[in-house]
Amino acid sequence: MSTIMNIVEKFEESRDSAAPTSTDSDQGYQTVGEYSVAKPRICCRGVNVFYGEKQALFDINLDIGQREVIALIGPSGCGKSTFLRCLNRMNDIIEGCRVEGDIRLDGQDIYSKELDPVVLRARVGMVFQKPNPFPKSIYDNVAYGPRIHGLASNRTELDDIVETSLKRAGLWKEVRDRLDHPATGLSGGQQQRLCIARTIAVGPEVVLMDEPCSALDPIATATIEQLIDELRERYTIVIVTHSMQQAARVSQRTAYFHLGKLIEVGDTSRIFTNPRHPLTEDYITGRFG
Amino acid sequence: MQPDTLIWTLSALCAIAFYLGRHRAVQASGGHIRNLHSLPAYYGYYLALCCGLPALLVLCLWLLFDDKLILQLILGQLPEFWRNLPEDRLSLVVNQIHNLIAGEAGIQEVDPAIRAAADHYQRLKTTGYRILAILTLTVATAGLVYGYRRIAPDMRARNTVEKSLRYALILSSTLAIFVTIGIVLSVLFESLRFFSKVPVTEFLFGLKWSPQMAIRPDQVGASGAFGFIPLLTGTLLISGIAMAVATPIGLLSAIYLSEYAKSHTRSIVKPLIEVLAGIPTVVYGFFAALVVAPLLRDFGVQLGLTVSAESALAAGTVMGVMIIPFVSSLTDDALTAVPRSLREGAYGLGATQAETITGVVLPAALPGIVSGLLLAVSRAIGETMIVVMAAGMTAKLTLNPLESVTTITVQIVALLVGDQEFDSPKTLAAFALGLTLFLITLALNLVALHVVRRYREQYE
Ligand SMILES: Nc1ncnc2c1ncn2[C@@H]1O[C@H](COP(=O)(O)OP(=O)(O)O)[C@@H](O)[C@H]1O
Ligand SMILES: [Mg+2]
Repeated sequence: MSTIMNIVEKFEESRDSAAPTSTDSDQGYQTVGEYSVAKPRICCRGVNVFYGEKQALFDINLDIGQREVIALIGPSGCGKSTFLRCLNRMNDIIEGCRVEGDIRLDGQDIYSKELDPVVLRARVGMVFQKPNPFPKSIYDNVAYGPRIHGLASNRTELDDIVETSLKRAGLWKEVRDRLDHPATGLSGGQQQRLCIARTIAVGPEVVLMDEPCSALDPIATATIEQLIDELRERYTIVIVTHSMQQAARVSQRTAYFHLGKLIEVGDTSRIFTNPRHPLTEDYITGRFG
Repeated sequence: MQPDTLIWTLSALCAIAFYLGRHRAVQASGGHIRNLHSLPAYYGYYLALCCGLPALLVLCLWLLFDDKLILQLILGQLPEFWRNLPEDRLSLVVNQIHNLIAGEAGIQEVDPAIRAAADHYQRLKTTGYRILAILTLTVATAGLVYGYRRIAPDMRARNTVEKSLRYALILSSTLAIFVTIGIVLSVLFESLRFFSKVPVTEFLFGLKWSPQMAIRPDQVGASGAFGFIPLLTGTLLISGIAMAVATPIGLLSAIYLSEYAKSHTRSIVKPLIEVLAGIPTVVYGFFAALVVAPLLRDFGVQLGLTVSAESALAAGTVMGVMIIPFVSSLTDDALTAVPRSLREGAYGLGATQAETITGVVLPAALPGIVSGLLLAVSRAIGETMIVVMAAGMTAKLTLNPLESVTTITVQIVALLVGDQEFDSPKTLAAFALGLTLFLITLALNLVALHVVRRYREQYE
């Protein structure tokens, strides 16, 4: 409790003294750094999220560019996952969760009545913190998405999709002889790559990753990080991570969240070498978090 | 001192021992509790155990055997004539003595020798209690002193207490197992007696069940047939109907509750469904007999079918309603055990809610659901009341749900109701039926258990 109070105090303090862009009201604050980009894939303006009465995100403005990897960092409970889940409307399935504001994917409002969340989620895929393969065979895991969206008209096409996806996820060599084995028999790192393959099998434009390596060992983590770098050629990737090093290694831009607010955003190299907001600096230098 | 007073005294002594032990430990630590190996309370428990356990053992042994011992003593003192009676007459005498003591035989004429024996018995009993009290309290005090002197700062009181706790736990679990084994064995032996009178093959493969035996050799007709196939088909028929009713309704309501219902709706509907489980089966029974059966018959008449007044359909339907909450809550458990992450995985790929449920949640929960259904079946097979009231007593070999059939449980009741000879095949047949029933439900439960085991492995 006291640490939280400390953080809050520090926050208030910093807004009073150091932060050049802060304002006085509790709601109004300004994100440090350039949150908009030239040709955004996703564009968020004034996003507020509530769980029941409790507000989890405050007035978030953030653009996500084409084919970039953007890392979301910040202490636990600051709303990174919540923000991520706004981008493919995963928050819809949480009872009592309410999202306000404007989020556009390629200029189209994703919370508009016309857009079916089912279609949206095929375009904005998601990889979760804990690998969550379905209790089915490896093949059926990857084929699940293409099947429900009718992406393949026959078995050969489906085989092709499964193979390409597994190849892109760097798993093909390891599993091609046992596609009919249960996916739950794979190692943690393999399972996570399978989940990535499953996600890209649907042909998304954006891939959201919520701490995809936090349940993995360093070697599996390195494999996934390399994979993310390769995937950047085709997909826009938003990754939540707890590891500063990981953010520095894989991302081009970094956004720092704190207590539901987007404090600072900018090029990864700039954020890590020259953070402008004292909160960002504290977090990056490891003074808390 | 009567045994109950003695037990109270012993408890009080244990309580005192607890405080003494704790106090002693604190004292021995010299005011620094950290010098003690265990927390002071453990020394208290330790002393209470030292004091109470051996004494309790003595008490139990005494109460188990004192009656037999005293009886031996007084029978030995009876006059020659009584002592040489055959076994069964002797037990009558013992009975008479017991009655006299309980004050129930006053009206009858009683032999003075027996009255004297009864008086003697009572005297012995009183002396016995006195000895017992002295013995127990001595043992308790001895234990107390022994334990008290052993308490020292480095004594491992906690380990001793925890070990005794573990033995107590082991004891209770083995007790439960032994009771089960005892029941099974007694049923088994009675069944063996039955099978020595009626061949196993006749019982297992006979197609006719009519357990009426001739009491006198010249009686007509009643020869007794013990083929249990008609009972088995009756049981399976009714359970089948019940499952046909309960499975879809239970499953669908569980899916609705766990996947679709808002938590508010759920908190209202779930208890309402579970109320069904609280209705006594007798109530279901007369509901089946007085409401459902006539309804079915009227309905049948309109369709031009003959539905008997007591039909398998009526009993099965109502039994199905009875096990709906069972199926529904077990399915609900299985569905909610499917991790949230799996659902999110499916939603994240753009699956609709129905696709998520049919494609991911149900397959993942299937083993749990299947084992729940198997448990429900064994419940249905064991159900008696509804069938007695609504499906009749006549054993008919038929698969027509509109006729009256009977089940294994109903026949057990029928065989044992009223005055019975204990060694006639008719009575013993009940045990054989009980054994078969037990084996069937055991097999079902084992299969269910096996399925659940496999199910657990999937998420580890
Ligand atoms: N399902 C939920 N219901 C209520 N509150 C939630 C829920 N999920 C998250 N929160 C709250 O929202 C805030 C942000 O959570 P989250 O986005 O998970 O943080 P992060 O991913 O950065 O650790 C936290 O305070 C958390 O308690
Ligand atoms: Mg999170």
